[in-house]
Amino acid sequence: MGTWQDGRRPITIAILAMGGEGGGVLADWVVSVGEAAGYTAQSTSVAGVAQRTGATVYYVELYPPADAPPADAPPADAAAGAVRREPVLGLFPTPGEVDIVIASELMEAGRAVQRGFATPDRTTLIASTNRVYAITERIAPGDGRASGDELLTAARAGAKRFVGADFMELATRAGSVISASLLGALAGSKALPFGRDDFEAAVRRSGKAVDASLAAFALGHDAARAPAPVPAPARPAGRGPVPVTIGRRPPRDPAEEAAEAEEARHRELAATDPARLVGPALRGHAAKVSGFPAPARSMLVRGIVRTAVYQDTAYTDRYLERLARIAEVDGDGSARLTAEAARHVALWMCYQDTVHVALQKIRRRRITGIREEAHAEPGQLMQVREYLHPRIDEITDTLPTRLGRRLAASRTFGRVVARTTRDGMVVNTTGAFGFSMLWVMARMRPLRPRSLRFGREQQAIDAWLDLVVATASDDYGLACEIVECQGVLKGYGQTHAHGSESFALLIDAARTLSGDPRAAAGLARLRAAALADEDGAALRAALAALPADRPSSLTP
Amino acid sequence: MAERSFAHEVRQLRHGAGTTLHVEGILAVTKALLQSGVAYVGGYQGAPISHLMDVLGDAREILQELDVYFENSASEATAAAMLAASVHYPLRGAITFKSTVGLNVASDGLANLASGGVTGGALVILGEDYGEGSSIMQERSHAFAMKSQMWLLDPRPNIAAIVDAVETGFELSEASNTPVMLQLRLRSCHLTGSFTAKDNVRPATTIKDAIENPRRDLSRIVLPPASFLHEQEKINARLPAAVEFVRERGLNEVFAADAADVGIIVQGGLYNTLNRGLELLGCSDAFGDTDVPLYVMNVTYPVIESEILDFCRGKRAVLMVEEGQPDYIEQNLHAILRRADVPTALHGKDMLPVGGEYTTTAVTRGLSRFLTRYLPDSVGGAPALLLPDDDPGSPFAPRVEPKSVHARPPGLCTGCPERPIFSALKLAERETGKQHHISADIGCHLFSINEPFNLGATTMGYGLGSAGAAALNSAEADRATIAVMGDGGFWHNGLTSGVGNAVFNETDQVLLVVDNAYSAATGGQDLLSSTADNPIRSTRHPIERAVRGVGVQWVRTVTDTYNVGALKKLFVEALTSKDRGPKVIVAQSECQLNRQRRVRPETDRKIKEGRRVVRQRFGVDADTCTGDHACIRVSGCPSLTIKANPDPMRTDPVATVIDGCVGCGVCGTNAHAAALCPSFYRTDVVVNETRRDRAVAKARGAWIRLLTRPVERRAAKFEAA
Repeated sequence: MGTWQDGRRPITIAILAMGGEGGGVLADWVVSVGEAAGYTAQSTSVAGVAQRTGATVYYVELYPPADAPPADAPPADAAAGAVRREPVLGLFPTPGEVDIVIASELMEAGRAVQRGFATPDRTTLIASTNRVYAITERIAPGDGRASGDELLTAARAGAKRFVGADFMELATRAGSVISASLLGALAGSKALPFGRDDFEAAVRRSGKAVDASLAAFALGHDAARAPAPVPAPARPAGRGPVPVTIGRRPPRDPAEEAAEAEEARHRELAATDPARLVGPALRGHAAKVSGFPAPARSMLVRGIVRTAVYQDTAYTDRYLERLARIAEVDGDGSARLTAEAARHVALWMCYQDTVHVALQKIRRRRITGIREEAHAEPGQLMQVREYLHPRIDEITDTLPTRLGRRLAASRTFGRVVARTTRDGMVVNTTGAFGFSMLWVMARMRPLRPRSLRFGREQQAIDAWLDLVVATASDDYGLACEIVECQGVLKGYGQTHAHGSESFALLIDAARTLSGDPRAAAGLARLRAAALADEDGAALRAALAALPADRPSSLTP
Repeated sequence: MAERSFAHEVRQLRHGAGTTLHVEGILAVTKALLQSGVAYVGGYQGAPISHLMDVLGDAREILQELDVYFENSASEATAAAMLAASVHYPLRGAITFKSTVGLNVASDGLANLASGGVTGGALVILGEDYGEGSSIMQERSHAFAMKSQMWLLDPRPNIAAIVDAVETGFELSEASNTPVMLQLRLRSCHLTGSFTAKDNVRPATTIKDAIENPRRDLSRIVLPPASFLHEQEKINARLPAAVEFVRERGLNEVFAADAADVGIIVQGGLYNTLNRGLELLGCSDAFGDTDVPLYVMNVTYPVIESEILDFCRGKRAVLMVEEGQPDYIEQNLHAILRRADVPTALHGKDMLPVGGEYTTTAVTRGLSRFLTRYLPDSVGGAPALLLPDDDPGSPFAPRVEPKSVHARPPGLCTGCPERPIFSALKLAERETGKQHHISADIGCHLFSINEPFNLGATTMGYGLGSAGAAALNSAEADRATIAVMGDGGFWHNGLTSGVGNAVFNETDQVLLVVDNAYSAATGGQDLLSSTADNPIRSTRHPIERAVRGVGVQWVRTVTDTYNVGALKKLFVEALTSKDRGPKVIVAQSECQLNRQRRVRPETDRKIKEGRRVVRQRFGVDADTCTGDHACIRVSGCPSLTIKANPDPMRTDPVATVIDGCVGCGVCGTNAHAAALCPSFYRTDVVVNETRRDRAVAKARGAWIRLLTRPVERRAAKFEAA
């Protein structure tokens, strides 16, 4: 008799998907393909509560027809201990013994490797490289995303053959769902001994949305025959401005490619001809950028444009003066301090206030972008409604200092504002009244420099930069970390208030730590703690763990 | 109407003798019931047997033709009591529910049924919810079989074997006057495969016949002295009859009886997994041609003593492969062997895991231990899963950074009406400045215990949300407790065990009843309070009326849970109320999963007919979003996610709304109620616009273009073209 070891075994297929993605439909199609070819097919799943968006596994076994005992073999007879006529098929994907793993998403591919379903000695791993972020990745106040490159590396390490592409995007393009493009990929991978026609026939037999499914199938089929993506090379030290990409692939994602090309062009021009990156009114400012270290120039150019749009060219002058202070103390070849300051000073100087938000809302390119997102056809009517909830201090903060103070103290004004905004406002930006309202708010820009908040922010920025300058000569790394502390200032209302508290605590800690050789690493850890939750508990815990009198005991 | 329709599949139930049917386990069971001449069926939905109830619901025409009565029972207790119809009448009846939670609820009825015994075959089909995919406490149904003396069938996971078990189960029940339980493991319920059909059989005696010819027999009623008699009957008559039936029909199977002087005893449901383990170790093949003697217990209770002794005699050692704990069968085998003075060594939980699902990995590892010790020469395979986890050849060798793979627990669907309820509760707690004890229940709403809501301290069982906080009732305390209950749990028992109890004991509790118009978590079945028109059930009985009926004074029904602000205010009002007794909030909005199933085809039709339709979705301005994700922390909606920051100056990801958005509005109302940020917007795309639409749009467009011009002109001075 043949045994498992000499290949007398079913073809085993595990499908890892999230509830609602059609993993069950995919398993049904595979069973249908197998049965039509005379295979004995069995599928199982644990679909239960996992159907509600959780991770779940479907499992299929296909046993080849030629291998079954002849029909005239003695029937299964328990007493005689005879063999069965039908193959006895398994219910669980067995680690190390799965021929094909199909994962509907990149982290699920990682899970298949982690659970031992995908192994380098056996498995063809077909995975969609798109990310559907887990809730823990989404709720982090900072960047809680798992590394796509690590997952891609794992997918390659855990498979004999890796077939990867963004099958979700392909399905969407065809107006279908991912199960169809993944079935196409399974066919295209040639991992099963069936022809393309056999797979397509199964889709036709199922009889639902056949045309769209077959279109997605075709795209998946072709993508599976192209080389799979590889992880991006490790990024050089220090965070560059390139957004995280999950892979370089031939053929590459056009949007991703365009973004990277644009980034490279910007860096190139910032070093050689920065004037081309700005409008006519900023040419003079752009020329000054050449006086700064080359690695910081791209960010500086972005900073001057941003500050000018935010306020005016005088504000841009102020930005460049602030950066000049930093560049002066930046003796490091990497110019990390200047580059990071170029980023964070601009972000802080362009803090989000009602005037700026109003401007952002009425820009032409925004409405164009929203039309694309909503898949509105050219000429199709679309309306955009903003959900705003201005709070009294956000209004008084924008007004000239004296007026703002008076109104902030006025009970009548408070009542009026509270009444109008208590339940929030919905503003139709595509309507005449809503647009005009936002337009008027955006036109209040000249009032901003006389506002309560403007004065407060400028003071704080200068105090922060004073500390950076004072620290840079003794501890360059710590100075860089102090610059990056600006990153915790985010959000609006209560979230922003929490951020400001965290920032103050971090700056205090920086002063305390100063002088310790591991101060930079310590501050980096505290900054990470500040972004670990929204109520500041992690930061308080991390601070409490710092012995106030002996900062040198700070260990990694 | 249920979430999944089987209208297409149930046609297969009409097939007659000789047809080969390729079906899912659940459909095979239904067909087997019809082939067995079942007279009535009832049950309560719950994974993994929800679909059995749905199939039966969709098969009502066929059931009517065959005079089979089908009921959606109010609870498992109702279903169990329903089997009383088989006590005096020769009616075959079947009920189904999720074990062991179903058995817990049903056990009063089942114990009484098992005491008096049955005339017609009584079959309890259990979806054994154990192991991966399970949503309940990990326990075994086996204990219920033993304590009430009901027989337990555990057929091997094969469609034909499961079909046979249904038919044999009825016969066994009748031969021994004992209810029979048929255990289907989670994966068996969703198993696909084929079997050869037989003709459907109309019950010899129908429900109508029974009603019109009432019978009674004092000796079958559980009251002394009959109850003492019943116990003796169980021991002296019913057990021997069952043993005789099982032996005679050869329900348990022996393979390769004399192939070796060691053997393996296995529960039928684990047979496939055991054979796979044997294959991996080179001791069997794909057709079960094993080198190691096997005794397959397709009947796991009662244990047939004579068969065990026949199998074990002359063997040095036997391995018992029994899933779950306690090891009832293994203990039983020890007693049998010892009483008969058989010296065979018995292994089981000493070599296999004590608890947890018996996956191929668990079984193969245990099997390897056993065979290496007793039959080393037979072992011809060394599967990689036997290697230590840190061996580079192991399938579990670390090939992925553990931190890169996050858990992905189930959660509320996109647009779920329960999400805004918990957003509102979270905000209400923030506003009152007080944390509360929150007693949770069973249902989708239990996902509130996870991120991002983190609300809920205990769950004590279906419908027991209110009762779970009963003890936490003090006039001295400065706050009430909060309890949650779904409409499913409410009608199952919560109305009496929770609401009535709280009224009677004047419990200071805010009770939230989540009314989404379906028993949603189990697959969208209708309930008393469902708003759908159900042709065979009576619906539209409002929860508020029931609550007032048992004496609650403070009741508010909210008909739009998506209005987070209003709901938050209501929570604050209830939490700060000085009234004694329960404060009940009925939060109504239709389950989105079921709503989409209903609405989508309607919308498509309207669009095709050229009628005006507005498609809504939400969005987040990447420029305005600062990447703090506070919005996600009060929502968790799958379509509210993150993306790389398009702004090269910023590195943290920004929030974004993806295409799955159904425009439920929670993002917007959350932005308002939580005073979040100005980044959220709603997009209304008009399909088949009217002439008026176009005229208004034209006028607005002209005005907006006029105002935009200076704004863009100014920006162009600073931004490169």
